Amino acid sequence: MNAAETPFEFFTVAYLTRIGNQSAGNLEELLAGLEQCSDASIFHHTFQTLSSHHFLTEGFSNDFAQWALAEANRDALAEQFAALDIRDYTSIAALRADLCRVLRDFIAENPAFSRQEALDRFYFCESVEVTVPFAMQARTLDEFRDGVVAISHASFHFHFVSSRLRLQLRTNDFSHWLADSLGLTTLAETINHIDIYNNTLDSARSKILRLVDRERRKHEHAATPQPHPAG
Amino acid sequence: MSTLQLPSRIPLDDYSSVIGAGEVAELRTLAKPLVGREVIMINSTAVGGGVAEILNRLVPLAEELGVNIRWEVMTGGEDFFEVTKSFHNALHGAPYHPEPRNFEIFCEYTEKNAKRLPLDAEFMVIHDPQPAGLISYRASKNNHWIWRCHIDLSHPHPAVWNFLAEYVPHYDAAIFSSPEFAKALPIPQYLFHPAIDPLSEKNRDLAPEFVLDVLARYGIDHLRPILTQISRFDRLKDPVGVIRAYRIVRRYFDCQLVLAGGSASDDPEGAAVLKEAQQAAAGDPDIKILELPAWAPLEVNALQRASTVVIQKSLREGFGLTVSEALWKHKPVVASAVGGIPTQIIHKHTGLLAHSVEGTAYQIRFLLSHPEIAARLGEQGHLHVKENFLITQNLKRYLTLFLKLGQLL
Repeated sequence: MNAAETPFEFFTVAYLTRIGNQSAGNLEELLAGLEQCSDASIFHHTFQTLSSHHFLTEGFSNDFAQWALAEANRDALAEQFAALDIRDYTSIAALRADLCRVLRDFIAENPAFSRQEALDRFYFCESVEVTVPFAMQARTLDEFRDGVVAISHASFHFHFVSSRLRLQLRTNDFSHWLADSLGLTTLAETINHIDIYNNTLDSARSKILRLVDRERRKHEHAATPQPHPAG
Repeated sequence: MSTLQLPSRIPLDDYSSVIGAGEVAELRTLAKPLVGREVIMINSTAVGGGVAEILNRLVPLAEELGVNIRWEVMTGGEDFFEVTKSFHNALHGAPYHPEPRNFEIFCEYTEKNAKRLPLDAEFMVIHDPQPAGLISYRASKNNHWIWRCHIDLSHPHPAVWNFLAEYVPHYDAAIFSSPEFAKALPIPQYLFHPAIDPLSEKNRDLAPEFVLDVLARYGIDHLRPILTQISRFDRLKDPVGVIRAYRIVRRYFDCQLVLAGGSASDDPEGAAVLKEAQQAAAGDPDIKILELPAWAPLEVNALQRASTVVIQKSLREGFGLTVSEALWKHKPVVASAVGGIPTQIIHKHTGLLAHSVEGTAYQIRFLLSHPEIAARLGEQGHLHVKENFLITQNLKRYLTLFLKLGQLL
């Protein structure tokens, strides 16, 4: 199998959660917060929270949806927030716009709910990201597999989920490299279609490894000399 | 000098079996720029309470990663700890009558400790209000001072908070256990969850025979449901409220209640609260009030593992590590929606929250009636702790903060 000219570089990532100075006690205040908070805050409550709660594959998608459900008791709004799929976004600005649109529409349709006090306030926080090279590189599919096995949950999430904000493409670091550097476009696309909402980070990783193994077997099979048919 | 002798260390690689080799490798990668850097952690007690437990494990792990870390304990007389206990309760919102002498005692002991303790490490981490005044003795701006506040400051008594607020802005950063506790401060404030050690005696797996032996020792029937609250005997843990909730549940289920805890060395009120609980329980042989020694980790572990439902009915709470301990053991938990508890108990995902005695009783009855739901909550709670509230995560956050503050990347 080919070796890539540009290696895949695995990174370790760690996040600090910085507590912001905004909070919301009702839907109107939540809207004001959504409009004004930093991009790092939108990232924290959507992309980052999916990582720290990846093991909940039923009914948890982002902090806004969870708050609308558990604290504001607004199931329909929670459903709308939860339906926003972060894989559809390559910029925080677009995600923020949709979060605000969902909430504005809900308030417009249900003005009586807009100032009803929630059980507990929503506190806006920010993610502060620290990345460090993991001292692992991959030039071949075998080395790539070894790297995917070795990295942490946070690193996996960094490369597989939040990467689309860095790339500004609807793909992830793994698929991007597999397609661009190894020319494995089908594998890249299949990996990109893994549903992160219905998988834990562990089960998503296992699926990637199975797909990579299948690809490796395909190449091994193609490389093995086939006996000539008798004739 | 009071640098603590720490218990026998558990090698970091032993955690691979719990959290995975990738997570351990990540800690080693993050720690590389911090090798040899000096860190001093200061708190007010070496035993009892969640802070001492965390430091007992955090410090050896950071040391193994090459960080030059020490743990120092502030010393003080009974008068100092009485003052700091009253401050602690007042910061949690309890009634308080400010006496000028109390603030003087605080300042006198701060000065005495400042003369005794080393304050020149590159990173100084000061835990809770008791040693917070040490920042006044900061020699220069060349090192980084971090105030780690473990308690719920959402409804503090203004006199005590205003006193502390004179010190806190002089730190470079503050750490809180919940965003709700943060104050309007001119310094960056970070969210750190406290953590448990999955390999400590309090949390590691136990042989079923040992668990049964502990139950027998305390006269607890393993064949009937066991409701348990593990907490210091402290009014803010509401042991009498737990007994009232149990009495409601008893109308429907033949169950037992275990209230187990000890008094921390900085907690003079413990004996009085213990007496109140004993009086409230008088005449009911199915209520076991166990005054455990300050450090009885295996017994606590066994009682949690034997429990059918674990309760944490706190009125105020810093974080409530006993909740994480129970979740780690796959136990369904009913807990008050106060302090850091809702971070651990995501309602209907990792446990059930309650807001009153009656609500606590209702949720316990629900779990006793639906064991399959109780099992699912316990399992998801275990995964939640694994991802967010283990000592290795806490270590990772400290390493990340040191990297950030020290601009070491």
